[in-house]
Amino acid sequence: MSDARANILTRLRANRPQTVPTPPVYAKPLGWDRARRIDEFSTRMQAVRGEVHRVGDGDWVGWINRELLARGLRRALLGHGAIADAFAAGAADGFEITRYDRPIEDWKNALFHDVDFAITGARAALAESGSLVLWPSAQEPRLMSLVPPLHVALLDADQLFENFAELIDKQGWSGGMPTNALLISGPSKTADIEQTLAYGIHGPKELITLILG
Amino acid sequence: MNQARAFHHRIDKALHDDQLRRNFRSALSGIQAKREIQFPDDTQLQALREQARAVRASALIHQPELLERLEANLTANGIQVHWAEDPEQANAIIYGILEAAKARSVVKGKSMVSEETGLNQYLEERDIEVIESDLGEFIIQLAHEPPSHIVAPAIHKNRREVAELFHRFYPDIPYTEDIDQLTQSARLILREKFAGADAGISGVNFAVAETGTLCLVENEGNGRLSTTAPRLHIAITGVEKVVEKLSDVPPLLEILTKSATGQPITTYFNMISKPRQPGELDGPEAVHLVLLDNGRSRIRIDAELLDTLRCIRCGTCINYCPVYVQLGGHAYGTVYPGPIGIALEPQRLGLDQVGTLTSACTMCGACAEVCPVKIPLPTLINRLRAEAVNLQRTSTPLAGRGSLRKPGEASIWKIWQRLYSSPGLYRLFSFAATRMRWLTPVSLGGWTRYRSAPRPAARTLHELARQEGFRHE
Repeated sequence: MSDARANILTRLRANRPQTVPTPPVYAKPLGWDRARRIDEFSTRMQAVRGEVHRVGDGDWVGWINRELLARGLRRALLGHGAIADAFAAGAADGFEITRYDRPIEDWKNALFHDVDFAITGARAALAESGSLVLWPSAQEPRLMSLVPPLHVALLDADQLFENFAELIDKQGWSGGMPTNALLISGPSKTADIEQTLAYGIHGPKELITLILG
Repeated sequence: MNQARAFHHRIDKALHDDQLRRNFRSALSGIQAKREIQFPDDTQLQALREQARAVRASALIHQPELLERLEANLTANGIQVHWAEDPEQANAIIYGILEAAKARSVVKGKSMVSEETGLNQYLEERDIEVIESDLGEFIIQLAHEPPSHIVAPAIHKNRREVAELFHRFYPDIPYTEDIDQLTQSARLILREKFAGADAGISGVNFAVAETGTLCLVENEGNGRLSTTAPRLHIAITGVEKVVEKLSDVPPLLEILTKSATGQPITTYFNMISKPRQPGELDGPEAVHLVLLDNGRSRIRIDAELLDTLRCIRCGTCINYCPVYVQLGGHAYGTVYPGPIGIALEPQRLGLDQVGTLTSACTMCGACAEVCPVKIPLPTLINRLRAEAVNLQRTSTPLAGRGSLRKPGEASIWKIWQRLYSSPGLYRLFSFAATRMRWLTPVSLGGWTRYRSAPRPAARTLHELARQEGFRHE
């Protein structure tokens, strides 16, 4: 269909609007300090039914041991890397651990049916919108934060940015994007029936953010 | 005048469906209230609108170069780019990709552009199973209806109607009108589809030229599942969706979600730049983007009508339209309803085909006031009304120009123009009209079906003013 390409581009070039507006620079610095960012993030996340807990750096495994077993959640999905290894080393006896170590095609059904929760890291978070920022990878694949009914994300409190504009500027995203980058703001939801909010439609029904530090 | 008759028939049907009108009224007033909470400070809102307008306007000016850059960067990232001039080409390209990959089943994320091309029907006729996975789209797919709103496709259905649909198609699931339970039923039904589908098809909200990134905005996770779980992902979008830089995205995203659904942000903002890379364990092995023109490059030729293309498909103009709230989306009979539909569809499909849509506007201006990219919708609609009855030659390549011109109406306006431009004739006419006002007809066709006929006053305004002592009125 190279004809289509040439035809479309020719038509687009045939008439070029004359005035060239310059988009104003999007700068809305809020001047929020670390404590305020944590606070705003938590408020926003909780407003869309995301759980947020602050835990000590060394205690998040203990938190999951205490909380999730009590909720009857045993089947954990881990990736690879420091987070997965720390949990595997410190997990209480009741957990059944699955590692995401094969291509999805080899175990899709098990992923969709036999996992209660997945633990991943978060690259950053946004205070103003209450969003986690994930760059899934070979170590923590994309479906981990999507298919299991509960997603537990670990967030370093120093990686909280004011908003998306600040994040992509400070981290230089325009220099190169990963396969997939995500903003996640709460558990999956819909309002398609009578504009009434209902949680847990296709993605995780619950999202827990553990803020470390 | 077949299109007018058909349109009036659909309007009549909608206006006599009390349930439908109740559903729309309740849904839209809720959305308006939620939107207004998101913009407590009008100065900030106006600044954000101005910025979103500028980003989109600038992208349209540089559109051919941005599309080439987008194509180059996507290709370098491993995403294959296809160009389609019309729906037939787009459908054929997508079917070709599916065939080559031996894909027999497709899960779809929401895409209005695929509604433009009639993709579902095209693929189903070729024995490919297509499942809409957005809850609203899933509901209307079961009901065999088109979307009645571009953001909330099943907005016209209430919970009882959804419950009956689910019960009819999935009798094993116990009947319920509880929205949470209906949502859980849909989750279970669709999970099997996501796990089993050979391919996913999605739309695109913004395509970033700078990095070769496809951005998808959604709440449910069905868009992420459709673009991640199957081994093949095909995205389809209009050529106008390209923006230049990644830093253009945050203001557009903010104003899109706040305007469309009154949310500070949606649950998921999904940025896709590559297919699965070596070592990665999930995501599609192949990603394709189909860029559809379908009349968009023609719209661009007119400096005024170009503004139509700034649209980011948030649906806010629809939510605030006093005509839409009475009629609902199906009455329009086009893919895009409401103010943006009235402005876009006659340009896309021709005034001779859907030009009467322009009559479904009261020129109240609510849409222009809320549009996040400041599209002057009433101005565009007014222009299209004029073009629909304009026979003069211009360079504007609008299909069906002048096709709605009625000789009787045209001669009345011709006479009025003559009267109004000649003081002597005007004085004579107004004197005669006031003195012979008893001659005014009582019945004036459609106008007097619901109103009384206007009757001139006993004296002209000029006479009254002179009576009051004004000399230079």
